[in-house]
Amino acid sequence: MSGTALDISLTVNGERIAERVDARTTLVDFLRESLALTGSHVGCEHGVCGACIVRVNGEIVRGCLMLAAQCDGAKVETIEGLSDAGEITDLQTAFEQRNALQCGFCTPGMVLTAQDLLQRNGAPTREEIREHISGNYCRCTGYQAIVDAVESVAQTRAGAKK
Amino acid sequence: MKPAPFAYKKVRTLEEAVALLGEHRDARLLAGGQSLIATLNMRLSQPSLLIDINGIAGLSGIAHKNGKVEIGALVRHVQAEGNELIAKYAPLIARAMPHIGHPAIRNRGTLGGSIAFADPAAELPACLLALDGEIDVAGPKGKRTIRAQDFFKGLFETTLGPQEVLTAIRVPAAGKDLRTGFAELARRHGDYAVVGLAASARGDGKKLSDVRLAYFGVGNTALRARKAEAALAKGDIDGAVAGLDLEPYDDVQATGAVKKHLAGVLLRRVAKQLMEPAA
Repeated sequence: MSGTALDISLTVNGERIAERVDARTTLVDFLRESLALTGSHVGCEHGVCGACIVRVNGEIVRGCLMLAAQCDGAKVETIEGLSDAGEITDLQTAFEQRNALQCGFCTPGMVLTAQDLLQRNGAPTREEIREHISGNYCRCTGYQAIVDAVESVAQTRAGAKK
Repeated sequence: MKPAPFAYKKVRTLEEAVALLGEHRDARLLAGGQSLIATLNMRLSQPSLLIDINGIAGLSGIAHKNGKVEIGALVRHVQAEGNELIAKYAPLIARAMPHIGHPAIRNRGTLGGSIAFADPAAELPACLLALDGEIDVAGPKGKRTIRAQDFFKGLFETTLGPQEVLTAIRVPAAGKDLRTGFAELARRHGDYAVVGLAASARGDGKKLSDVRLAYFGVGNTALRARKAEAALAKGDIDGAVAGLDLEPYDDVQATGAVKKHLAGVLLRRVAKQLMEPAA
């Protein structure tokens, strides 16, 4: 595979996609502009803000620091897919109830990062929550409410398992 | 802010990568991409070709052999972070890992990429310097090994040749008397350091020898503070701080004077880690 235009096939939120992409197209631009999945946001475009976070093969990554061409054969999941599957309904509800968002620009990336933490560590401390979301900027909330929301979901999920 | 156009080629062998680097002098190697793609987005770099080396087999292993720990160039930070061999035999690298980037960055970023990029405020080049590590590279004339102290030349500059590919890094496996210390000050956890310090020494009780202090964020490359090392080997922490042989310059994060002060603060913390290791 070489050249400035490349044919890639991948699954996005469970759907098989085959598209021709420019080599220089980042994953987040591909999702937004070719597939109209605009839930992943474009913020800083150099890996600092975390608004573009998506899952590739089960791991969270910066959508602005990966090329669409690198996702040939990959399994990509976005906030739209996780929402439709009901995987993060409790996190979304907790964010709403605790005012863990205002403008909402960071929220998709924040929720994906929080879900990633809760999948690895069912009972994180507040410090661990802060550390895990350290790569996600929120300019509205001051983070306190976000940490509250993630902590409450961790507790609820842990309780549900008992 | 979008990259300038480039071609993309995913290679399967080192030979292919080396040959393409020869044909396209402005090509760049794509490993984790966590620094490279940011520079492409900002058009600080405009290569005509990206050579994606992620499909090359044999560059993702971590092994303990011949008294050394060898880490393949494509080992990702997340993989190193949870690795038992690294925790046991390369504890300094294990200590540094949580400071490197954020979870989504660590899932993609590679150890080889961090070394080859040679950011002066990055953790891993300093760790290699503190451990007297080595770097394996492959090029048109075959393979060679470069000591860390000879590898980092200047700001984002290494002795890697234009057609060479970094394939692995290697550090001596920790013996019973190896002590390590690590401390970093960053504005936000996971960001590049304002000042950081990676250190190793041999220890016998509180007595230290072979002290190696490698600072980062204080110059064009990671730097040893040799006068401070000598003072610390005599057990003189105050003397080490007072005689700290660094001349950091001002940058966007702090003035040189502030950095120098912070370097002394870190030295006291790291000296304690070296002299009083947790049992």
